[in-house]
Amino acid sequence: MNPLKKRDLSIALGFLAALLVLPLAVGHSRYLLSVLMNCAGLSLIAFGVWITFSIGRINICQAGFALIGGYTTAILLSRYGLSFWIALPLSALVSAVVGAVIGSFILKLRGIYFSMLTISLTEAIRLAFLNGGELTQGSKGITGLPQPFAGDSAMPTYFLAVALLALGLLVTWRVHYSRLGRIFRAMRLNEDLAESFGTNVWRYRVTAFAIACALGGLGGSYFAVFTQSVYPQSFTVEHSIYYMLFCFLGGLEFVSGAMIGAFALTILFELLSQFQQYQTLVYGVLMIAVILVLPNGLMAIRATAKEARS
Amino acid sequence: MLQVLVNGVVLGTVYALIALGLTMVFSIMRVVNFAHGQMYMLGAFVVYYLYGQFGWPFWLALPAAAAVLALVGVAFNRFFFQPVLATATREENSMLMAVGTALLLENLALTFFGEKQRGVPGVVDGAFIFGDVAEGGVILTYPNAMVALLATVFIVGLLAFVQYTRPGRALRAVAQDKDAARLQGVDVKATTTLGFAIGAALAGLAGGLLVTVYGINAGVGTNISTKAFIMIMIGGAGVTSGAIVGGVMLGFAEAIGYDLLPGSVTYLLIFIAMIVFLVFKPNGMFGRPWG
Repeated sequence: MNPLKKRDLSIALGFLAALLVLPLAVGHSRYLLSVLMNCAGLSLIAFGVWITFSIGRINICQAGFALIGGYTTAILLSRYGLSFWIALPLSALVSAVVGAVIGSFILKLRGIYFSMLTISLTEAIRLAFLNGGELTQGSKGITGLPQPFAGDSAMPTYFLAVALLALGLLVTWRVHYSRLGRIFRAMRLNEDLAESFGTNVWRYRVTAFAIACALGGLGGSYFAVFTQSVYPQSFTVEHSIYYMLFCFLGGLEFVSGAMIGAFALTILFELLSQFQQYQTLVYGVLMIAVILVLPNGLMAIRATAKEARS
Repeated sequence: MLQVLVNGVVLGTVYALIALGLTMVFSIMRVVNFAHGQMYMLGAFVVYYLYGQFGWPFWLALPAAAAVLALVGVAFNRFFFQPVLATATREENSMLMAVGTALLLENLALTFFGEKQRGVPGVVDGAFIFGDVAEGGVILTYPNAMVALLATVFIVGLLAFVQYTRPGRALRAVAQDKDAARLQGVDVKATTTLGFAIGAALAGLAGGLLVTVYGINAGVGTNISTKAFIMIMIGGAGVTSGAIVGGVMLGFAEAIGYDLLPGSVTYLLIFIAMIVFLVFKPNGMFGRPWG
């Protein structure tokens, strides 16, 4: 196993173990638990963006697919009275199918064009739900969704979040460190060359995008029951941009990068709450500083130090 | 219907101004300036404070907005983009920085200006009325006319500058081929700075113009950026004519859509139309194939 993969694995496993033990320490505080649950959901969604990065596309429409997942769950729960455990996988499936259909057309765009187009796509999906009539309830959104667990304790939902995070991590891990992942890397480095070696580029990039959208849909579904509601404003362009930043700042070379980025940035934001009205401002300044100092992400800290020494 | 076309012209000229700024930065630096909408917002706030609050004449406040934004552009380029462009290992890193600056400007504005919608007193008052309004005549208010006229003047001025002056030629040379331009003795660094400053100033001018009609709030940035992206994608990123055509087309589409459709359906249709269009013409109308 190469050292980078080893490091990736140890960080991922250590992180999951910490999440399993943490409730012992912070379980009494609903606030701390909800921050961690929020982080877990965001990581799940960000894993999808990370996978699209691995085929060399900057994906800024993940919030749109989270919205699709969220609305699928909300509609299935409130309208058809389905169980959450059926709605959850169905939401991922719906997002994946929609993603595959849209992706099969737009994935031929590259670079900046793809990013700008996906920004528009987030906005288009939001507007579609806003104008969805009776089915989506317009700007009022769908509220009052039933919780999957009876009782008052936040623990079951917390472990659901950790389980989903582990699932997302596992999927991304399996995709990245496999034949599929090597094909994705080949496509990222040179799509034309990969195609000339007989890779069906179109099929693989649609596959990657569908997996990414499925993770987005899963996360959206989770957030819909976590907050017991979904609105067109639940996931917007800004959210899409944050998912992308999580991946960037965590590190694009490591599977756990998306997760590290999501946790680090979200917890940082909560820590800055003592600055009150300057919270977002300090956050913005810190983010710029991180980009300047660590352009290749948090996970690359030690690698950069090593390179500097050698 | 004629009224809709007049509205389209007014919107289209300002949109073209916004798109020109974005395309200028893109053509020179190969960076999509995500903060373009936030720069627009900042320009609008400069005019809001100088003209609306401190009582400067509008004719001074508008150039001041352009100057402030040009300075912001120079600073961003010097302290944020050049260091990242110099050390980045992946081309995505400059985009990351662009997104970071957009968030920074927006957070700054939200912190210091708040979320309230603000307006300024009209610069000019009155309206041109052509024909009988009840029978399909047209109303063009003086503020709208002024906005369209000034936007057109700025666009023509910019095109003339780029076409006929020495720095303008240097800008075009750098946009075409950085290395070749350097070999010809063009100061690439200074020219890049100039390009970024002009791009930012154009966003500031557009914001300063439209604040007189629509007012401003600190949250419009992302919205304006998204519109600007639509325009340069339709026309082709980095191409001047493309930016103008894209801007005018979006202006007309918006004016016609708002006339015929309820609220947000217009933009839903614009997005769908644009995605379909890009599937068939991935480089826009005039764009060159690009990474």
